[in-house]
Amino acid sequence: MLSRRYFVQGLALGGTAAALGMGRASSAQAPRPRVAELSGTQFDLDIGMLPVNITGAQRVATVVNGSLPAPLLRWRQGDTITLRVRNSLATTSSIHWHGIVLPADMDGVPGLSFMGIAPGSSYTYRFTVNQSGTYWYHSHSRFQEQTGLYGAIVVEPRAGERQRAEREHVVLLSDWSDSDPEHIYATLKKQSNYYNFAQPTAADFLRDAQASGVGAALDRRAMWNRMRMDPTDLADVSGYAYTYLMNGVAPAGNWTGLFARGEKVRLRFINGASMSFFDVRIPGLKLTVVANDGQDVEPVTVDEFRIGPAETCDIIVTPDDDRAYTIFAQSMDRSGYARGTLAPREGMQADVPPLDPRALLTMADMMGDMAAMPGMDHSKMNHGGMDHAALPGKGAEGSCGANMPGMKSAPALQLGPGIDMTVATPRTNLDDPGIGLRDNGRRVLTYADLHSATAPISADTQREITLHLTGHMGRYVWSFDGLKFSDAEPLRLTHGERVRISLVNDTMMTHPIHLHGMWSEVETADGEFLLRKHTVVVQPAQKLSYRVNADALGRWAYHCHLLYHMEGGMFREVVVA
Amino acid sequence: MTVPVRANVLRCARTDTNDGSLRALSVMLALSMLAPPAAAYAQMVQEDPGHVAPPPAAQPMPPMSMQEMDRVMDMHDDPLLAMFKLDQFERARGDDAYSTSWEAEGWIGRDFDKLWLRTEGEHENGVTDARIEAFWDHAFASFWDWQLGARHDFGSGPQRPLPAIHGLRGTWAPAHRDWAAFGVQGLAPYWFEIEATAYVGEEGRTALRLRAEYELLLTQRLILQPELEANLYGKDDPARGIADGLSDFDFGLRLRYEIRREFAPYVGVVWVRRFGDDDALNTRTGSDTQVVAGLRVWF
Repeated sequence: MLSRRYFVQGLALGGTAAALGMGRASSAQAPRPRVAELSGTQFDLDIGMLPVNITGAQRVATVVNGSLPAPLLRWRQGDTITLRVRNSLATTSSIHWHGIVLPADMDGVPGLSFMGIAPGSSYTYRFTVNQSGTYWYHSHSRFQEQTGLYGAIVVEPRAGERQRAEREHVVLLSDWSDSDPEHIYATLKKQSNYYNFAQPTAADFLRDAQASGVGAALDRRAMWNRMRMDPTDLADVSGYAYTYLMNGVAPAGNWTGLFARGEKVRLRFINGASMSFFDVRIPGLKLTVVANDGQDVEPVTVDEFRIGPAETCDIIVTPDDDRAYTIFAQSMDRSGYARGTLAPREGMQADVPPLDPRALLTMADMMGDMAAMPGMDHSKMNHGGMDHAALPGKGAEGSCGANMPGMKSAPALQLGPGIDMTVATPRTNLDDPGIGLRDNGRRVLTYADLHSATAPISADTQREITLHLTGHMGRYVWSFDGLKFSDAEPLRLTHGERVRISLVNDTMMTHPIHLHGMWSEVETADGEFLLRKHTVVVQPAQKLSYRVNADALGRWAYHCHLLYHMEGGMFREVVVA
Repeated sequence: MTVPVRANVLRCARTDTNDGSLRALSVMLALSMLAPPAAAYAQMVQEDPGHVAPPPAAQPMPPMSMQEMDRVMDMHDDPLLAMFKLDQFERARGDDAYSTSWEAEGWIGRDFDKLWLRTEGEHENGVTDARIEAFWDHAFASFWDWQLGARHDFGSGPQRPLPAIHGLRGTWAPAHRDWAAFGVQGLAPYWFEIEATAYVGEEGRTALRLRAEYELLLTQRLILQPELEANLYGKDDPARGIADGLSDFDFGLRLRYEIRREFAPYVGVVWVRRFGDDDALNTRTGSDTQVVAGLRVWF
């Protein structure tokens, strides 16, 4: 399967350089194409099309200044930044500065912030940057982000970094597909498991039966099948369609960041993927996490971290040996990986680890706290039936666990054409690294490990808003509280009020939820301030709360950053007035 | 925070890239001249956690209708889509004859409401038994749609071919039938795909069609698909060779290989049972075991 291998690995000399006929195959020592870098306070950005060749097939990407990914922008905290963005596409475009606090008309969401940038015209963004850290920017128009319109932003703190490093690299992860995103969206609507090539098979069943007995294997199958849920549903779009990129470079291209022995190297990870979570590690190095979503955190040292679409994570590593280290970012569903190298010199590489085994979703991912309730032995429960009312002496269970057709429990939301499950008793713990990372023998970062280095913006909250993340996998319909964007009224906040938003994930997918304009200050289950973020990942059957200080007047977008979920309706307008 | 700005700029320059040290040096000098005293910044950072509420928009969005906003946003959470699926298109070899048959469906519509078309039929030795149906399909529960529409039967029904006389093969006169239809389709627990449709026709005719199928993944691409279909009628219809009660019943087992998800050749066996008075109906009653080979395509 040579072609398949090339598809996964991509072309060593692929990307924009090869497509432009600037391939540097003549000299193996020549520096690899770098992502352009712009700094200062005045920027001219031009959105256009560019032929690219990532996997061996010629495609057209949406780019800024001819660069995939878009140029790295370096700003300084406190500066007023002016960005003249020209749209050379044939369709309307936009740029959203993800995680940057700015006036509503600078936020770049067509229909909410402004009218978009018409073909051939320009829009001037101007705002003062009061924050520092690692952020990114991307198009908020149709599927332009999917085809390449994303880039990194680094805001240098005026007073210097809390955690110093001697060198730094931006590591921007993304997912590239040769398929038209319109086609991917339509395909998901027609057959939502189209891209899942790890579905349970008869062979898996036989293996399971051999390992744990026919009865147990049947029970496990029966539970999921009765509820018409798929325990392998970890990613809607997989490595079947995606080649995972690091700074725009496919795995075979081996993006390389240099270091000198013993240096502290800051790596600014950004997940600019449309639909992919990445699990990142650098075998041989401990990762000291120093910032998350641009905000400094108390340093915490781990072996591995998960990064959801739109999240950013700064780590510091100290490579002591004169050798190469692989930066390995496998997709959550283990269908592929982005890969690059930290090395003292160009042209080096280290072993690339094999993909981890693919995990199956568990009871906790479906039923939340119920699966973990003390005194309940689920192995003895009648999972095949799921009819709790039929179980004598288990009355307390009537109100817990997942609610699905065939199960009798009190639903928080009604099931319906757009909702295929709800979770009545979500789990609230934040110390779960997530599906596929539990008990993998490595120290994996969780939200519970992250503590903002700064005080919260909101010292307390005045009211609580609970929103359910809902959807229907089979119909590929996504929503908040069962209402798609087009059916929902805006969420209204009073200017200056401090609210707690509690998200309850009533699906079996992990959703990165992004509120524009205002910070999301994540709380522990006990209501203590933990972490300031712009994109909050909510795991299946989890309830997670954060404080929002409604200090930004205007109309703001609020959505899942899995882009086909956003497109499919998991989007709300938030009005602060 | 008592970081001297000069040291900070120096570090930034060094961090930046490993090229252009001269340029970095000049930038450093320029910035250090512009930068206010370090102590002022240290003070600022201590007092301010890095968050300043943004000023209001200088150019707020003008009020617009939902339609206009929808057009500007260009997001479509309920897109108009269409799908066509040729579920079965196959050649069958029965006990004593070859036949060609098809089963296809298509829809155009949005998430919860679609125009749904379905057709199935069989052609054997010049005799066609086929139907086409059109429904308004509406999702009413998590896994279930109801369907309201009509069915048209064409060809002459499942009759035996007329005997050949002097080398000429005769055909039965077509006996078309029209029905109003109402049914449900959806996904039952354990992933059984179900279609159940009731029909009311002219002259007091009634009918019921039941269909169930399942997909068993042997591998990610090799899929065994058992399928059951039964047709019941309220009264017999000799012109189409249909008996009342349970008129026909078939069970198929098809093994397909998905070269792509959308394109899969298959082989299978189908066991067909037709009920009724053979002579009175001129129908191929009794059972027939067929070996089939065909193609499944969708887009």
